Amino acid sequence: MTSLASPVAADSATAIHDSLRRFRRSADWKPLEYLFWCLPVAAYFLFPGNYLLLSQIAVTSLFALSLDLIFGYAGIISLGHAAFFGVGAYTVGLLGMRGMGDPLTGLVLAALFAAILGFFSSFLLLRGSDLARLMVTLGVALMLYELANKFSGITGGVDGIPGIEIKPVLGLFEFDLYGRTGYIYAVVVLFVLFWIARRIVHSPFGQSLRGIQMNAQRMPALSVPVNRRLVAVYTLGAAYAGVAGAVLAQTNQFVSLSVLGFENSADLLLILILGGTGRLYGGLIGAIVFIVAKHFLSDLNPQYWQFWLGLALVLLVMYARGGILGTASKWLEKRRQRAQSRPVGGAA
Amino acid sequence: MNAVLQTHGLVRTFGGFVATDHVDLAVQAGARHALIGPNGAGKTTLINLLTGYLAPTEGRVTLMGEDVTRMPQHARCRKGLVRTFQINQLFGDMTVLESVAMSVSERLGLGASWFKPLAACGEAVDEAAVILQRLGLLSDAYETTRNLAYGRQRLIEIALALAQHPKVLLLDEPAAGVPTSESRELFEVIAQLPRDVTILLIEHDMDLVFRFAERISVLVSGALLLEDTPEVIANHPRVREVYLGEAHG
Amino acid sequence: MTILFDGIAFGMLLFLISVGLSVTLGLMNFVNLAHGVFAMVGGYVCVVLLNDWGVPFLATIPFAIIVPGLVGVVLERLLYRRLYEASDLDQVLFSLGLVFMAVAATHYFFGARQQPLHLPAFLSGQIHLPGADIGVYRLFLVIAGIVVAVGLQWSVIRTSFGARLRAAVDNQRTARGLGIDVNRVFMLTFALGSALAGLGGALGVEMLGLDPEFPVKYLVYFLIVVTVGGGGNILGSLWAALLLGVADVAGKYYVPQIGAFIIYAIMVVILIVRPQGLFGRAHH
Repeated sequence: MTSLASPVAADSATAIHDSLRRFRRSADWKPLEYLFWCLPVAAYFLFPGNYLLLSQIAVTSLFALSLDLIFGYAGIISLGHAAFFGVGAYTVGLLGMRGMGDPLTGLVLAALFAAILGFFSSFLLLRGSDLARLMVTLGVALMLYELANKFSGITGGVDGIPGIEIKPVLGLFEFDLYGRTGYIYAVVVLFVLFWIARRIVHSPFGQSLRGIQMNAQRMPALSVPVNRRLVAVYTLGAAYAGVAGAVLAQTNQFVSLSVLGFENSADLLLILILGGTGRLYGGLIGAIVFIVAKHFLSDLNPQYWQFWLGLALVLLVMYARGGILGTASKWLEKRRQRAQSRPVGGAA
Repeated sequence: MNAVLQTHGLVRTFGGFVATDHVDLAVQAGARHALIGPNGAGKTTLINLLTGYLAPTEGRVTLMGEDVTRMPQHARCRKGLVRTFQINQLFGDMTVLESVAMSVSERLGLGASWFKPLAACGEAVDEAAVILQRLGLLSDAYETTRNLAYGRQRLIEIALALAQHPKVLLLDEPAAGVPTSESRELFEVIAQLPRDVTILLIEHDMDLVFRFAERISVLVSGALLLEDTPEVIANHPRVREVYLGEAHG
Repeated sequence: MTILFDGIAFGMLLFLISVGLSVTLGLMNFVNLAHGVFAMVGGYVCVVLLNDWGVPFLATIPFAIIVPGLVGVVLERLLYRRLYEASDLDQVLFSLGLVFMAVAATHYFFGARQQPLHLPAFLSGQIHLPGADIGVYRLFLVIAGIVVAVGLQWSVIRTSFGARLRAAVDNQRTARGLGIDVNRVFMLTFALGSALAGLGGALGVEMLGLDPEFPVKYLVYFLIVVTVGGGGNILGSLWAALLLGVADVAGKYYVPQIGAFIIYAIMVVILIVRPQGLFGRAHH
């Protein structure tokens, strides 16, 4: 040990220092990221008549981000993530019915309840194959769906909870009819949570999640308590999904049973895969593409939309497994390699 | 009489098959100890029992006098019992520096910290770089692990373990799958490790074992046949019988 | 008693449809969420022939077996085969995509409505026994289920095709070395599973209903049968399907307020306690 930590020769020390500079900056914000976050601002001015649709994109982005945390980073596959989204939405709905419509309180409680459910259900996912995890997450979501469906006295059953009264944000900004406040609110929540998620995935904790996803067997031999990390990230992802559901309920002032439905979970998985997993931005880009496509295609005919959705899934699996971002980065990598090999070939 | 790692009547069965048969192994502090035996003798099973990957059917494991038989893998590792794997267990999509920095940060107990970027944890990054330099991996620091040749990957396997600051290092065939010329280099790296790291080596290549080890235990059919110095082992009739028997059988 | 018998009949239908999934999932390791599509194809073939072409009910059954079987062969050749080695996730997404496309296409051609089915006179009506009224059609379902279960179990264990399938699944490379055409074995197995699903779909129109959402609506039931029964285990699937059928029918009758909740809860518990299924063999 001593020799490992012992001082190295001065010149090699500077060599090491130089070579680390790039790594130290690896968590910095990149120019493309700044550019990306100009999009919601630009959209605000460019599409003033579409705030409801834009809010939906922001909410779905947040929801996809929550799945990316548990699936893209920690590798826990889920076909029932709508459970947490639904818990968040119903939390806001039920609070609103009792006159407790403060948005931020709603967010906190939604995150809390979703996190509690996430914490307890995470223990069901520690062992078992991908398939078992799929089935268990699906089962938990279906159970919640049935509960919400049958306890219609509390949840409104299939009718949902219409007309939730939401108080102004911070007591200042009233949710208006055009969804302008709602959109700004949704984007701000998305950005804040994205910023936190970005810190998390670059932290040692986040790095260990990537490690678990790539090689869970090796991690205990690096003193990592794998199960504890998985429980933590699943709880976190659940809380994020809860917030997404809460924002949806607040901006729509309505909760429908479909927030808990199987299709909500399946669509979400598709959105994340479409955008690319394990990159934070994948879910966001997937959400933009998905919601915009759905908006235009289901205007033509809702059933056609489903057909194209299915076709997209099949093609994605067969030809573009990394999703939009994964395929793009693979393409860039190839170009870079070609660019590198060319001068070498010329010199030889 | 200063064993850092010891087993007491360790037994492991799979169904009716006895993979580990009442093994009493004692690895002394600072030892260069090798564990040899023909294929299927249960060497890797024994390692798995020592590290806690498998639970023993009977018997105990003690680490520096402490009973760790029921201790989970990661806790044993934290106590300084660190292993490498016979078949590379790496993080294919991480860069070399990333994966070693991760290992260092876990040892430093930063693994649960979630706000500060790993890249900004100066101590972890610096130490990772020092380890890479010692193993001659610094030039590949930014390479993605899966793009490296197997021999280079083998070094990462060791780097990840060294980042844990092992007190006892279990090397499971470190040279497996590596061409002979490179395996010499690899063993030079291992031979340079400081004496306060106790090493238990599992190896197939007898040349390497006899040059490296000062103490050798022979495992046959899950049981310890004998333990002695390399000279004694090399000339022991039973060992020759087991190995020649294997070679001719 | 009537409820018990209804439950058994329902279970038999679930068994017929799910057993193919049990084989693809348990033996070929393919997570095929689109399995219900083949049952739906069988159902629509039966209904269309019966209502539009005036073919008698029993005479439609062979078509309801053959058509989904052929569809299975085509899809296996063109698509499924390329994903045998893919991850669970890829298979899930791919088959989910197929489900979406099938649902949308069915909507387009047949509309959203439930398809009517009129059973021939000799299959309708009831038999009055002391203590229970048993629907003739329910009895017919139970008999059909038993015949298929026995036939399948026999063919997997006794016939050379069964032996080749088990060899191919156990170790593809060795099987190839023995001269077994693994691709062909998998294709035929897939076709057989699809055909049985078609049979179940056609026989099930009267009891399960038939509309474009069919593959989604019953997906969870099929998966429960397979996971509880243990993948690739024919008799396990049979017991699981019967258990599920009876529990579902009885649950909905006696405690309608909690609906399907119990079923899902039981599934989750079984998956946790016995990940290999209630009747599955433990994988070392």
